[in-house]
Amino acid sequence: MFGKLTLDAVPWDQPIIMGTGVVVALGALSILGLITYFGKWKYLWTEWLTSVDHKKIGVMYFILGIVMLVRGFADAIMMRTQQAMAANDAAGYLPPHHYDQIFTAHGTIMIFFVATPFILGLMNVVTPLQIGARDVAFPFVNSLGLWLSVMGSALVMISMWVGDFSATGWVAYPPLSELKFSPTVGVDYYIWSLELSGLGTTLAGVNFIITILRMRAPGMKLMMMPVFTWTALITNILIVAVFPVLTVTLALLGLDRTLGMHFFTNDRGGNAMMYINLIWVWGHPEVYILILPLFGAFSEIIPTFSGKPLFGYTSMVYATCSIGLLSFFVYLHHFFTMGSGANVNAFFGIMTTIISIPTGVKLFNWLFTMYRGRIRFHSATLWTIGFMITFAVGGMTGVLLAVPGADFVLHNSLFLVAHFHNVIIGGVVFGSFAGMSFWFPKVFGFTLNEFWGKVSFWCWLVGYWLAFTPLYILGFKGMSRRMNHYDHADWQPYLLVALVGACFIGAGILSTLIQLAVSIRDRQKNRDLTGDPWDARSLEWSTASPTPFYNFAHVPQITSIEQHWEDKQTGRAGVMPATFEDIHMPKNSGAGFIMAAFGFILCFSIVWHMWLFATAGLLGMIGTFLARAYSRDLDYYVPAATVARMEAERHALLQKAA
Amino acid sequence: MDLTVSARSSAYIHDAHAGHDDGSRTVLGFWVYLMSDCIIFGTLFATFGVLVDNIAGGPTGRELFDLPYVGGETLLLLISSFTFGLATLNMYAGRKASVLAWLAITFLFGAGFIGMEIHEFAHLVAEGAGPDRSAFLSAYFTLVGTHGVHVTAGLIWMAVMTHQVWRFGLDGTVKRRLTCLSLFWHFLDLVWICVFTFVCLRGAI
Amino acid sequence: MSGANSHSSASHDFGHGDLKTYWVGFLFSLGLTALSFAAVMSGMIPRGMVFPAITVLAVAQLLVQVIFFLHLGTAPEQRSTITILLLTLLLIGVIVFLSLWVMHNANINMMPTQMTPDQAMARS
Repeated sequence: MFGKLTLDAVPWDQPIIMGTGVVVALGALSILGLITYFGKWKYLWTEWLTSVDHKKIGVMYFILGIVMLVRGFADAIMMRTQQAMAANDAAGYLPPHHYDQIFTAHGTIMIFFVATPFILGLMNVVTPLQIGARDVAFPFVNSLGLWLSVMGSALVMISMWVGDFSATGWVAYPPLSELKFSPTVGVDYYIWSLELSGLGTTLAGVNFIITILRMRAPGMKLMMMPVFTWTALITNILIVAVFPVLTVTLALLGLDRTLGMHFFTNDRGGNAMMYINLIWVWGHPEVYILILPLFGAFSEIIPTFSGKPLFGYTSMVYATCSIGLLSFFVYLHHFFTMGSGANVNAFFGIMTTIISIPTGVKLFNWLFTMYRGRIRFHSATLWTIGFMITFAVGGMTGVLLAVPGADFVLHNSLFLVAHFHNVIIGGVVFGSFAGMSFWFPKVFGFTLNEFWGKVSFWCWLVGYWLAFTPLYILGFKGMSRRMNHYDHADWQPYLLVALVGACFIGAGILSTLIQLAVSIRDRQKNRDLTGDPWDARSLEWSTASPTPFYNFAHVPQITSIEQHWEDKQTGRAGVMPATFEDIHMPKNSGAGFIMAAFGFILCFSIVWHMWLFATAGLLGMIGTFLARAYSRDLDYYVPAATVARMEAERHALLQKAA
Repeated sequence: MDLTVSARSSAYIHDAHAGHDDGSRTVLGFWVYLMSDCIIFGTLFATFGVLVDNIAGGPTGRELFDLPYVGGETLLLLISSFTFGLATLNMYAGRKASVLAWLAITFLFGAGFIGMEIHEFAHLVAEGAGPDRSAFLSAYFTLVGTHGVHVTAGLIWMAVMTHQVWRFGLDGTVKRRLTCLSLFWHFLDLVWICVFTFVCLRGAI
Repeated sequence: MSGANSHSSASHDFGHGDLKTYWVGFLFSLGLTALSFAAVMSGMIPRGMVFPAITVLAVAQLLVQVIFFLHLGTAPEQRSTITILLLTLLLIGVIVFLSLWVMHNANINMMPTQMTPDQAMARS
């Protein structure tokens, strides 16, 4: 009944893991205790766990991302410390097998459980508001997607103390990831946590495509949507296009491991290269999925803090679409060295250099937007400028790697590691913090503490450059990635500098946490009374801060690309409507959370070969879904009087601010 | 755009149901999901295409595929697609009893298809040509099996919908769901066309 | 969302059929299926032409079922649906083609039995 699961699955003999476990357990118990002490269980359930409100779901995605950022960073600092120590005869403090799990967990967590939740969080909060909609197309599915992601990350977390995690690197190439060479449950945890969260991501993709295509306010043609919404549309099309490929590829690996099939094994006709081919068919568009929403965020932030409309709207849209399309034709650059031959390499190399062009167009558009603007140096502006400089360098090293000949020297060296951290940190991380600073008041009704925001920025900027510039140099010197120890003593100084950089980044993360605490403490002082603290340009800034749960009392009629800005110029902004109507809203539902919890049981059971529990988990998921399918109580009407009252409160605040 | 005071209120849409879904949003969303399912099958076909000759000294498609049998399966599935169409027509006409009847008939044909497929799989496994024998067979079983799992899911869905038609009648929600199911069911026959052509028939050339 | 309204859903992005369309679709599909099986089983078509023949027949039947069972046509309301379908098919085509191309080259270059070291050196 318990399959392979025994008490021996807990790594009792590994003090680092057990120690971490004690700390995490104490932390978890404290949180649970505090919730109980303040009597907040019902509040948590009714206001958050069962919420189908896109704004709250977006917040929860962001919280997931921040929590997992701490975990992923812990992995990073452990690696940096190990590498700073382990020169020549010093073995460091992490044995190789443990070290391998750490770099695997680091990559897996950062991509799937930090970056992805950040973009899903931003798209959730912002997109419906930018298009004048009251929610996404499928609010329940939205909730389900969130909880599937949470349960996926729970699976990764629990692998630390029950069993082990994959030690294959974050893309899990066979034959190493096959049962023969990875006999423990680690790779299975990897596969099933990604299958679970991947389902959630795919559902989110469908949701946002329909939301954007079918729920724009009247008058908002596609070429009048804000650029963030455009990037959200292309991102979600990419998600729906390529996550199925990931689903299949991981499933095939799972079939090899669990049912003894031979897709990627060394024997009986398996072809490991097919895994590599397929995983990168997913993997390359994935990185564009991660970056495009942040490009969109920058396209909103720069015009706002420059006091000018975005330069080159049309070319921005075309650039975004080109990036989306081209992203399917470059993937082989991840495995130039694996023997496809000169013609294939040449094609993909050329396509890779071509894809840098639309990104260049975007960068110039941002620069031309800032040119002759009145720039306000809010922390969001700093993050943006930091991004432009950092990401541009990362893009250039990418174009260097795109040359197959160069890549043959640099593939899997620290140069590559520096490149992708360059673009991911410079792009996704800086963008997420920029977006967080920018849109935080819209969601919570008060602004974030600027001082700690700026401290965080400078720590991250200095930290990134200190941590990764040495890696670029070490890459040229020939140091390979994922090294547990090395015998070139002259590499050590660089790795020490990198460790210092990582500490700066740690200070940056700490500063963000402090920023959140301080901001919550000072929330009354920093109350956003108008809903538009930055004198911004797009529709979400026309709502109150925090936005009422129904978003818009009246669905607006759109006549401009920058509707809110135009309304401010023409005096239409902030006008209290004369009458109100009942608003149709979806009811909260626990089914998303419960289905995802059963999904956790299903996947955990598959990992440990507990087939009875797995069946129970699957039946539970189906049963919960059926229960919802039979419910006829899914929606309700908000009375006009309630809307009127909330809008009156809003206008009172507007008067107070004026 | 007239921006005088009196026209300001006309800038708003007086519609409590602004954005109210008449079902078409759900169906389009289901269509997009179905496209992602299409890509799943596309990936499985690509995998099959790459691994089809990797028989590891084991049996080939030529030796294994019983074309008349496959023809029989094809016929059952095609008929079920047709009978679902008849159910759909009756749904638009509001004829509840006919919908129930045609759904039941469709279910029987679909179940027959699955029965034949399970029988074939069991037979192959018994004679040592299971999915663990070679990469070719892994790809075959997974591609055809994934299609079979989808058909089975469709059958469960069909059973639930039959019950919902019986219990709630042909209201908006039920019709929306039947429309989604019809897209799903027809889509599965489209995939099967590719299966019997590019896997079974091609293997037998 | 409410249960009781009876106006038909999904009449925007997808069309209705009538009995005739379903019969036409069914009979055409039956015929095309029979032809495919006959092409392979009867031996009447020269061996090299069989695969192209069944491919053409399959594509034809896919079109038949898309038009007559799914009622997808060129009507303006169906523009989104068709665009999404065509983009998906294009994408699948790209993924399948690129995968086959890449794997074919990888196999030739990297499988031990495919060529001798001298042959590999001779390849530019």
